Amino acid sequence: MPKISSLLVNGAKRPVDADAQSSLLSVLREQLDLTGTKYGCGEGQCGACTVLIDGIPHRSCLTPVADAEGKAITTIEGLAQGAHLHPLQEAFLAEEAMQCAYCTSGMIMSGVGLLRTDPNPTETKIKEALDGNICRCGTHPRIVAAVQRAARLMTHSMKGGAQ
Amino acid sequence: MNERENIPTAIEPERYELREARAYVFDLTRRDLFKFLGAGALILCASSRATALQESGRGRRRMDDMPKDIGAWLHIGEDGRVTVFTGKVEVGQNIRTSLSQAVAEELHVPTSQLKLIMGDTLLTPYDMGTFGSRTTPTMNLQLRKAAAAACDMLKDLAAQTWNIPRENLLAANGKISDPVSKNSATYGDLLKHRELAQLIPDQDPLLPATEWKVAGKPLLKIDGRDFVTGAHKYPSDQKRPGMLYGKVVRPSKFEAKLASVDTSAAEKMPGVVVVRDGEFIGVAAPSEELATRAAAAIKSEWNAAPQPSSKNVFGYLRNNPEARESSDASPKASSPTNAISATYNVAYIAHAPLEPRAALAEWNGDMLTVWTGTQRPFGVREELAAAFHIPQESVQVLMPDTGSGYGGKHTGETAIEAARLARAAKKPVKVVWTRKEEFTWAYFRPAGVIDISASVDSNGHLAYWEFTNFNSGGSGLNTPYNAEVRNEHFQPTKYPLRQGSYRGLAATANHFARESFMDELAHQAKLDPLEFRLKNLKDDRLRAVFEATAKKFGWPPAKKSPGQGFGIAGGVEKGGYVTTCAEVVVDRATGAVRVVRLVSAFECGAIVNPDGLRNQVEGSNIMGLGGALFEAIDFEDGRILNAAFSKYRVPRFKDVPAIETVLLDRKDLPSAGAGETPIVGVAPAIGNAIFDATGIRLRSLPVVPNGLAAT
Repeated sequence: MPKISSLLVNGAKRPVDADAQSSLLSVLREQLDLTGTKYGCGEGQCGACTVLIDGIPHRSCLTPVADAEGKAITTIEGLAQGAHLHPLQEAFLAEEAMQCAYCTSGMIMSGVGLLRTDPNPTETKIKEALDGNICRCGTHPRIVAAVQRAARLMTHSMKGGAQ
Repeated sequence: MNERENIPTAIEPERYELREARAYVFDLTRRDLFKFLGAGALILCASSRATALQESGRGRRRMDDMPKDIGAWLHIGEDGRVTVFTGKVEVGQNIRTSLSQAVAEELHVPTSQLKLIMGDTLLTPYDMGTFGSRTTPTMNLQLRKAAAAACDMLKDLAAQTWNIPRENLLAANGKISDPVSKNSATYGDLLKHRELAQLIPDQDPLLPATEWKVAGKPLLKIDGRDFVTGAHKYPSDQKRPGMLYGKVVRPSKFEAKLASVDTSAAEKMPGVVVVRDGEFIGVAAPSEELATRAAAAIKSEWNAAPQPSSKNVFGYLRNNPEARESSDASPKASSPTNAISATYNVAYIAHAPLEPRAALAEWNGDMLTVWTGTQRPFGVREELAAAFHIPQESVQVLMPDTGSGYGGKHTGETAIEAARLARAAKKPVKVVWTRKEEFTWAYFRPAGVIDISASVDSNGHLAYWEFTNFNSGGSGLNTPYNAEVRNEHFQPTKYPLRQGSYRGLAATANHFARESFMDELAHQAKLDPLEFRLKNLKDDRLRAVFEATAKKFGWPPAKKSPGQGFGIAGGVEKGGYVTTCAEVVVDRATGAVRVVRLVSAFECGAIVNPDGLRNQVEGSNIMGLGGALFEAIDFEDGRILNAAFSKYRVPRFKDVPAIETVLLDRKDLPSAGAGETPIVGVAPAIGNAIFDATGIRLRSLPVVPNGLAAT
């Protein structure tokens, strides 16, 4: 069986020893101890395992690790720049957009993916983009508010940077 | 030996609500505690009964004799850091934050100086479990009392040290100071090289809520950063050196007995440990994928008797009554001739916590340590001790903050599975249930059948009220409305699926039936549904939330467009008062039902954390939406047919309506819990709104799993 020997995760090349068909989720969690990415269903229905591959949200439970080889993988652990949180992480805190927070990593990664392609999404667009992510505690309105807040923060800082 | 015999296969509904707290057996002495915690001050909160015993007759007892019913304790170290120990656990209801607020309030320290150790059976006092909305009314009070006593002790200490009157001293920001002499010292400085211990009774007086400065105000989740960065380690994220991953081979059906098993193929896989112990068959392997392959390679045959299905469950419940626990207290009155009757059904539903059950077990000789997500760490300790025939003192259960529970994580089966595999493998083993296992082998919210018969007199007053709940439970059974004659019963029955607690217990089923039927009675009496309720209501607190919701929602609403409907419902349970208004839009051409707005008012006494409370009310509305509209476990002959998120529909972003919440803060009343009760009004408010829109009365939960019939 072909093997995968390294992955590019959160900006660093990391050695792994995985079968090509192993799920990216299992390799991230078991071999790289990146447990911020969660198992929720194993069928791509809940979004708890969402990571970015070359900036695009993917369900890592359904992604064979071979498909991610050589590509830039970003997990929840790789979003903050040192002590500086990503604006969407800040927004989740400010809006208290969590209860048990088990869905939070996947929600944030899906939200970051959305904001990358649509910096100022409407409420409808946000709900569409996150509809594949399940929150059982029922914090949906807060999560929508957090994405909107992050959009404002990011637009503002971009404008600020241009001045 | 067959460990599985020790796993409770059936959990009585609400059995946890009925169980008395067992007296705590305290293993540690004061000396042990200081050895473990370091010098400083130790405040223990015990029930007033124990303290009274302690102080009776024989003068002051030495603190080495610990009372047996300590609920919580608090330690302040020489570095000023405050550590709070409680057996309660965090599953997203945000008590780590609200309990911290309570301690910060009374001890006058910033919350950043506080740490809560929760749900660790070695370190925290015995606790029956985190359920029944009991944390705020009980643990919150105990910790406030411990913190207040600690603050008093620090003032005494400062007064002695500076030789000044205690009355002048102020406590703020982790310091005691005297504005006159300008003396000031941190708590840590005052406690240097000391080992002070104090036992306080549960009945000590406290600051009234009107004087709260930290509590009563919103506080963001205190360790929120760990959750948005992925740093927090949930039970399923735990890891130990040399750890293996475990999988259990499941029976083909519920109640099935093992006929034959062939484990030879799995045993040949390198690195795989196979365990066969009675009916328990499991594997452990160095990766989860290998463990999954090994479990799949085991061939097993099972025999099971035919079992009921979801299609005939309601008839099954009605036709299989069991003895009632209590005899009928009220005389049986025959129902009047003008009474109307209806039957309501409630389906089995799953908690579906996003983090499935998980446990990591590690043996060191005869000592067993288990990290697991459970609402009852001490209950799981008992289960483990019984399963392995070892003393409870040999078992430590730790509960990392967990990916939710909703009443669904009271039992310890995953912990037992991991521990059994770890004992055979002689290595730590982690078992994380798959989503299919979580949907199949956990327990469910009970299905139920509810019969109601009632009559209304010519003045619009309830004259007769008869209400019988088959199987789903007794919570919220009794009507808050006045009725001259009342007959209300819970009728236990045989039941086809493993069932147990769920957020709000049977109060959801009972409120669905009662508040839907109140709507039916209002229409029969030609009265506005709110007016009819208020006419029959004496309880001022419930009346106040009805009026608050009505005001926010705009009740009675003016009908605007075809297909639009409005409903109202409410109730009281576990010290919380809730009312909910729903607006729905029904597309009669397609039968699609959309809930567009939910407005609720909630009152639970003095509010501890307004934003945390609002979050719980919003979450209850959304979780309640699923059970109201479409959630149902589909089962047939001992198998679950929809054990996946692709087949079991839960609320998603597109399902979520506009949600508005009114919180009534009653600072003059003790705080009640809030994680459960706000869910009870959702289903009847939606059902009543659908009736308002269509004239169709839906009497079975979920009301529209596939939409309405198109017309």
